[in-house]
Amino acid sequence: MAIIERPSAVPATVGPAGGVSAFVTPSKALGSYRRPVSTTGWKSWVFTVDHKKLGIMYGAVSLFFFLVGGCEALLIRLQLAAPDNTVLSAGLYNEMFTMHATTMIFLFVMPMAAAFANYFLPLQVGARDVAFPRINAFGFWLFLFGGIFLNTSWILGGAADGGWFMYSPNSSALFSPSHGVDFWVLGLQLTGIASLVGAINLIVTVLNMRAPGMKMMRLPVFSWMVLVVQFLLLFALPVITVALFLLSFQRNFGATFFDVNQGADPLLWQHLFWIFGHPEVYIIILPSFGIISEVLPTFARKPLFGYKFVVFSGVAIGFVGWGVWAHHMFASGLGPVTVAVFSVATMLIAIPTGVKIVNWTLTLWGGKLWYTTSMMFAIGVIVLFTIGGLSGVTHAVAPSDTQQTDTYYIVAHFHYVIVGGAVMGLFAGFYYWWPKVFNRLLNERLGRWNFWLMFFGVNLTFGPMHILGLQGQPRRMVVWPSKLTGQGFFNLAFWNKVSTVGSFVLALGVLVFVINIVYVWKKAVPAPLDPWDARTLEWMTASPPKEHNFDAVPTVHSLDEFFHRKYEEVDGEHGPKLVKVKTAEEIMAEQVANADTHIHLPSPSYWPIILAFAFPIIAYGVIFNRVLCVIGAAVLLLAIFGWALEPSVADDSDYDPPADGGESTKELASIV
Amino acid sequence: MSDIAVHDVPPAHDDTTAGHGADHGAGHGAHATATGLSNNKLAMWLFLGSECLLFGGLISTYMLYRGRHGRGPGPDQIFDIPLTSVSSFVLLMSSLTMVLAVNSAKREDYRNTNLWLVITALLGSLFVGGQVYEFTAFYHEGLGFTTSLFGSSFFTLTGFHGVHVTIGVIMLLSLALMLSRGRVTGDKAEVVEMIGLYWHFVDVVWVIIFTLVYLIPS
Amino acid sequence: MSATIEHVDEPDAAAHQGHDKHHIPKDGYFIRVAIILAGLTALETSTYWLNFGSFATPLLLTLMTIKFFMIILIFMHLKFDNKLFSVMFYIGLGLALFVFGIMLFTFQFFRG
Repeated sequence: MAIIERPSAVPATVGPAGGVSAFVTPSKALGSYRRPVSTTGWKSWVFTVDHKKLGIMYGAVSLFFFLVGGCEALLIRLQLAAPDNTVLSAGLYNEMFTMHATTMIFLFVMPMAAAFANYFLPLQVGARDVAFPRINAFGFWLFLFGGIFLNTSWILGGAADGGWFMYSPNSSALFSPSHGVDFWVLGLQLTGIASLVGAINLIVTVLNMRAPGMKMMRLPVFSWMVLVVQFLLLFALPVITVALFLLSFQRNFGATFFDVNQGADPLLWQHLFWIFGHPEVYIIILPSFGIISEVLPTFARKPLFGYKFVVFSGVAIGFVGWGVWAHHMFASGLGPVTVAVFSVATMLIAIPTGVKIVNWTLTLWGGKLWYTTSMMFAIGVIVLFTIGGLSGVTHAVAPSDTQQTDTYYIVAHFHYVIVGGAVMGLFAGFYYWWPKVFNRLLNERLGRWNFWLMFFGVNLTFGPMHILGLQGQPRRMVVWPSKLTGQGFFNLAFWNKVSTVGSFVLALGVLVFVINIVYVWKKAVPAPLDPWDARTLEWMTASPPKEHNFDAVPTVHSLDEFFHRKYEEVDGEHGPKLVKVKTAEEIMAEQVANADTHIHLPSPSYWPIILAFAFPIIAYGVIFNRVLCVIGAAVLLLAIFGWALEPSVADDSDYDPPADGGESTKELASIV
Repeated sequence: MSDIAVHDVPPAHDDTTAGHGADHGAGHGAHATATGLSNNKLAMWLFLGSECLLFGGLISTYMLYRGRHGRGPGPDQIFDIPLTSVSSFVLLMSSLTMVLAVNSAKREDYRNTNLWLVITALLGSLFVGGQVYEFTAFYHEGLGFTTSLFGSSFFTLTGFHGVHVTIGVIMLLSLALMLSRGRVTGDKAEVVEMIGLYWHFVDVVWVIIFTLVYLIPS
Repeated sequence: MSATIEHVDEPDAAAHQGHDKHHIPKDGYFIRVAIILAGLTALETSTYWLNFGSFATPLLLTLMTIKFFMIILIFMHLKFDNKLFSVMFYIGLGLALFVFGIMLFTFQFFRG
């Protein structure tokens, strides 16, 4: 527990780097362990437990993996640009599409959502950190090591090549003899553990760490959607964990789970995978829905239309999402009753999704729209996600789906919802929250280029895939032969070329974003405190927020608390109207004046990164040499005991009961 | 586990805590949270909810495959019900001793807490020992991990459970040691209760496995 | 600090000051529960020696369910504790029964 203490007489300064007249007590050696105390330099990042630093690191790492996955996508599109092409060998092509999907889903979209959640969830609920800061740090490092582990397969004998859903029996050692699938299985186990502990942490944070008055129905929609996502992760991840264990036991220890010769049912894998895999779809999209539900009201300058409907439809999507997994398996011979039931259940999901689209549209209706880049991305999400949703409904209809299964039509659909929905939503979040995190506004002119290039890129790349798929081009085929190209408007050659050109337009858009980051970094112009006239609590603090987030933990009186502190409703000539009564700066000054005098923040810790490091050692051991497993297990045990015995740097007297007779705040217990 | 960031925020009254929220969970020494519930206990219950799906998947895999033993031995030929009944009984009784440990901790009677923790750990080890003996016997009777679908799924399911018990035993012993050395700070009773929750859950999973795997004839 | 003002609004503030013991019963109660559980286990095990015919499976499933809920409600204090804990656990339990039940159904597991 680093202590930030401030004599209440001294007013805090509102500086960019949390320049508060506070000090952090040095470490006290209790027993044989010390805690790290660096507040600057690399140590302050590696051993940090600050949710904001972890959020930034999550973001940076996932952005890197986004670029990696993007390059893999470009190679795939280059291979498919011409008939009988030879850019990639068949084997390499299989590895490329498998790793493209795995990277984009598990190493980009999910952790990028975790980046936003980590950074903004505590701020939005008015907390000083997450409920379990060390576990938060552990989750990040395990994700990073898992991602690196997964990608080392490229140089250690080849990557996984079974497609991202890794159907059995293709995933068996017979059909995939390299270690690629082993890396894939264990890598996903690692990132899965990271997501699971993160999910528990964030759920407890939302439920328990809310500021006074922050009732559940006053939570910003982003926080709500993150909460739903964490519940989905909490309950979906153990299912994929089981599936991955079964597969790795088969590949590494000779078990027979998917061995058809022994009478196994390969469908077992499909069920287990998709029981996880369908909630996963909502795990990918809901954070983005949350982001645009923040962005749209801010830039439409009116409250979100039907807050309760948006929240409840998000929860409903979360629940119904558990009953539709078999629609990924319509072509596998489930039997007419199962197919019919899942077909209807799938169509039901369109209802809560439609509710959201309607609410967003009605939020825009009659608003004074401010077309910032962030807003354009948010509107882009509504448009592109609706297109992807409509082709999704055609999959729900089982007879039609049977025709579309494993064609490019499916590829078109899920890229519209993932790139057009999830990724564009994340970009809306980048432009919206960049000034909060880095105290810099991303350049709007470059932002326009970024948006339009990506918007056209998405449509050029994935639009033609509808045609390619309906013409019968199968997904995951390394070549399309020239003799099957066809004639006229619907010939494969033309539309494949369009799609490849589109993918480069899309990539150019992403490149502009990277340039934008570098540009505003170099230019170093500080952003205004409240550049968007925003509505929620994360804007009611310095940019970037101080280490302790809020000088005074706010008491919340309404939904959109920050907005209601700035504006009051008065009677005008044409009915009530909103009048600005305070500026953000004035509200900040109030905060500083009423600053809490005694704030506990969690201390940095060595153990999260050490504990996380044990896992890849064990994983390499499973593949290459069991001795490594023993070493890894030893590190694991050491790290857990170090974690449990780690002392606090605070004095015991610091935990005395507060003078007002409230409860004791001894909080040093560290067991798990 | 509980590096709680905020300590000086009084709890907000909240409509999610299902009525009598605030007077439960936040026992002495716990933090004032928005729901009035302890972070640690809430986290543990979330984890146990998640574990339901883990064991659900493993049990379903076993149920699907239990009849598929090819030429190898099947469930009917191999199970030793009297032995497993004894070890089930041992695990069940370890739940009782765990409860007694939690109650002692709540009375701040840490001598007895330690005693019951160690007895619980011993009963748990006895169960794991029984499982090791059982596995060895099965192996000699021709049922290996790779023999058949039945073998793979049986050993995976019961092995996962056994690993959970082993982790539980390690946690119980570590807790007893740390308690006796005065290294558990904060709300000791809550720490004991949390490990108790984990322990009971492992027991409850065995209640299901014992019935579905061993007793119900296939 | 602005937060202290809210403290008076907290209706259950008084409850935080007492060292509340969760209203958990005394040891004797748990010992009685354990004896019942032991008896149920004995009854379960007896199906191995006595022939209950077609009653065996329903009987065993019933006993299993009773034991399951006795442990989670009493030993794990769900009966005495805040309902939020129950909700968290039952969501997981319910989802597990739902998805794996359907999965086994599609394998026609319940037919044979």
